[in-house]
Amino acid sequence: MHLSETVHTGFYFLAPWLVFFPVIGLLINAIFGKRMSENQVGAVASVAAGASFIVSILLAYSVSINHGEVMRWQLAPWIHIGNLALDWTFRIDSLSATMMLVVSGVGTLIHIYAIGYMHEDVRYKQQENRFVRFFIYLNMFLAAMMILVSGDSYLMLFVGWEGVGLCSFLLIGFWFEMDTLARPSWANSDAAKKAFIVNRVGDFGFLIAGFLIFWYLGNSFQFDSVFEAAKNAPPEIIVAITLFMLVGVAGKSAQIPLYVWLPDAMAGPTPVSALIHAATMVTAGVYLITRSFPLYDLVHEAQNIVALVGAVTALFAATIAVGQYDIKRVLAYSTISQLGFMVAAVGMGAYVAGFFHLITHAFFKALLFLSAGSVILGVERGHHHLAHGHHHDEHGKKKKKEGRKKEKPHDPHGHADDHAEAFDPGDMRNMGGMRKTMPVTFWLYLIGTIALAGLPPFAGFWSKDEILLDASLHNQTVYWLLTIAAFFTAFYMGRQIWMVFFGEARTDAAKHAEESPKVMTLPLVALAILSVAGGALNLPFKGFHQLGHWLEYTLGHVETLSFNAGVAGISTALALIAILISWLIYGRNPLKKANQPDPLKKPLGFIFTGMENKWYVDKIYNALIRQPFKKLAAFLADVIDWRFWHDFVHDTVIVGSYNWIGQIALNKYADQKGIDRFFNSWADVSYWISANVRKIQNGFVRSYALSVLLGVVLILGYLIFK
Amino acid sequence: MTDLIVFLVLSLVAIASALGMLFSRNAVYSALFLVLNFVVVAVFYLLLGAPFIAMAQITVYAGAIMVLFLFVIMLLGAENLPPSQSLPWQRPLAILLSVVLAVQSIYLVFARARSNTPILPPGASANTVEHLQQMALELFNKFLLPFEVTSVLLLVAMIGAIVLNKREKTG
Amino acid sequence: MVTVDYYVALSAILFIIGALGVLVRRNPLIIFMSIELMLNAANLAFVAFASVYESFSGQIFVFFVIAVAAAEVAVGLALIVEIFKAKKNINIDEMNSLKG
Repeated sequence: MHLSETVHTGFYFLAPWLVFFPVIGLLINAIFGKRMSENQVGAVASVAAGASFIVSILLAYSVSINHGEVMRWQLAPWIHIGNLALDWTFRIDSLSATMMLVVSGVGTLIHIYAIGYMHEDVRYKQQENRFVRFFIYLNMFLAAMMILVSGDSYLMLFVGWEGVGLCSFLLIGFWFEMDTLARPSWANSDAAKKAFIVNRVGDFGFLIAGFLIFWYLGNSFQFDSVFEAAKNAPPEIIVAITLFMLVGVAGKSAQIPLYVWLPDAMAGPTPVSALIHAATMVTAGVYLITRSFPLYDLVHEAQNIVALVGAVTALFAATIAVGQYDIKRVLAYSTISQLGFMVAAVGMGAYVAGFFHLITHAFFKALLFLSAGSVILGVERGHHHLAHGHHHDEHGKKKKKEGRKKEKPHDPHGHADDHAEAFDPGDMRNMGGMRKTMPVTFWLYLIGTIALAGLPPFAGFWSKDEILLDASLHNQTVYWLLTIAAFFTAFYMGRQIWMVFFGEARTDAAKHAEESPKVMTLPLVALAILSVAGGALNLPFKGFHQLGHWLEYTLGHVETLSFNAGVAGISTALALIAILISWLIYGRNPLKKANQPDPLKKPLGFIFTGMENKWYVDKIYNALIRQPFKKLAAFLADVIDWRFWHDFVHDTVIVGSYNWIGQIALNKYADQKGIDRFFNSWADVSYWISANVRKIQNGFVRSYALSVLLGVVLILGYLIFK
Repeated sequence: MTDLIVFLVLSLVAIASALGMLFSRNAVYSALFLVLNFVVVAVFYLLLGAPFIAMAQITVYAGAIMVLFLFVIMLLGAENLPPSQSLPWQRPLAILLSVVLAVQSIYLVFARARSNTPILPPGASANTVEHLQQMALELFNKFLLPFEVTSVLLLVAMIGAIVLNKREKTG
Repeated sequence: MVTVDYYVALSAILFIIGALGVLVRRNPLIIFMSIELMLNAANLAFVAFASVYESFSGQIFVFFVIAVAAAEVAVGLALIVEIFKAKKNINIDEMNSLKG
């Protein structure tokens, strides 16, 4: 098969390389990473991600030249029991191709960014040898996500689902022995555990849905056969399946009530937040619902529930974001809110709109997170330079020129003591005026903000608008919830911009912040371009709707809505008003000092306190679930397991009786008295016999003669009586 | 009829003398009783038509062997011995067994192996010389080897007796 | 009439008396004499049968028995003399060195 034929029929045989390239990357880094320089390690990981991206492009191309025909490519047989056959099959259609492109594309950019970011972060936390581990995990995540989006059955999707959950855990808890301020603490590992456990609750829902699918929809997980069987299934089953799937989506895509892990997940390094918790893993839930559209389209009640959950989450999270001070926390709640938008969209059946927003959100949220990371590092650099003065500045400059070779831990002035000060470089109250100290980052952040707020002609406007348009036509409740959420979105993003980049620097660290190196800013530029131009993917005008047409191959008929000036106008106006209000509160009289209370505190009073404290959801979960669980566990462990089972049953009953049997019953009675006596008596008997028989040899001749006579008598007697 | 009476009387004497030998405390008395017994048995031999053996019995047994016995009894001065101290059950058990054996033997003889031919004493006209000739012929023809061996045996016994004495002297 | 049974019965009785003597008496000389009695009883049986079967073999056998008895007595008495010299008494119960 040479290239021209391939080009015409498709590159489908390359499908497994989506997964294999990241796996090869992680293996090379795992085996040889110690001997490679940091740049090489990062390059290997990024090249692996890039190769995966190229494969995705080729696969998307293959789909398009075959007019969206679905290609299923089996890699390996897996479970074969009797009639059951579950295999690892790749499904290449327009939907999965879209996800592949987004995941690997944004993923590659983030890999490149992470080279620069982790170079500084491992030095800040004095753990240079962990650099390689980060890229191994990152590639592992990419491989798992690829398995998820390319799977041809719910089973393969679940494999990837679990895989990304694992990688999320590993990456959130990357700095497992510290907290975000690098002090020794359980905080980061607790955050990782929280993510895993909450996700587990979602996975439980997914598993129930999976079991129902297998049992009722044709003993298979494969998409086509499931959807075919669903047409004839009783609707209650479909409702059950879709709602349990919603539980899984709530876990993975951070919807109510299982969103609580995502804000804590900001404990992980910023590239992790960007890749996993903004662009890719959290969108897996949206992908799942879109993929299951035949099931959802059958049951409108379930769809309504999904849409409501998404909309309520969007508003709820947006309100919390208003009261947060940590730059990444704001973005985390923003992510939850935007995911709510997506879930609401697919819940209403507007799969194209939801997916459109997924793609644009990936661009600008990744941009925002990575820029936030850049800001945080800038403040850290400023703080670092302050603590060590001029001498360190020169040293720092030399470092940048030499390039990123791995160095020995460098601690001439005792960094650990500094960090014990608990200076939080991510707290927005410690920033201010950063547009002068970090201009490139400022512009990038601004582009991301505008995109997120949804101002035309940036990408976010088009995608969010399409969702609002759809909502206005199909579900008024959802429309109003989402519109208010959009208002808040613009508000808190404006608040963020004014607090961080405008005004005067509130701390010395912010005053001395430094711009990030090109290896970090260049990928951001790419993302910024995408955030600006990304709207072109699916402009709602006649002749455009490219994404819609593309996804039509998979989704069947798609309702294409044309641009509605009314809806668009309302949303844009609200966004501008929100930004204006935020300027009035935060921009006109910027905070002068770090510990000044937030201007909204007085007017909103307890409402703002509620926003600040995330509406106490975590505390409620703790009281309702965690404490009873801990008490139950303590009870089970101590009373039942230890005192009852171990002490009583095991020690007293089993060991005691065993000892009794062994030592007393068997040893004393059976063995000593019984058996010993029996066998000793044998010895005694034989002794007695021999002692008595010996008496025959008494040396007296007469008795010998007597015995002769006795013998004679006996023989004669025998002969007589014979 | 007469031979039966003769037999009974003689057997009575024989048994009596045997019992006398058994029961007498004095060893000399026992020896003398035994001599009497031998003489009676010699008479029996005559009755059974074995004159040579009768003479041999008297000469050798009663004459030589018993004299030797008496000689040793006198030499050792072992006429009387104190009563037995060990093996208290020996005597009763021996008597019992002997009685049993006697009963068994009598029974065997008279109940199982009865014979009818009478044994007659040789008549007056029995030719002793002829008897002797025939016996000698038999002895030196058929039983030559045992005869020679017996002579060797006697020689050995003599040597043995002498050696036993001699050893005692040198040792 | 006297048949050979009578002679055999007599021989048996004499033999038993001799055996009794061997078992009961402690004086070795008496024991020896009892042995002679036993041999004698056997001789009587031999001669009785020789007379019945009119064969000389029985009598010649008796001849040999007498010779052997003589030899045996000679050696035996020599031994008894030796023992007496060693132990100063001839109580047969004292000669139990082979006691096991």
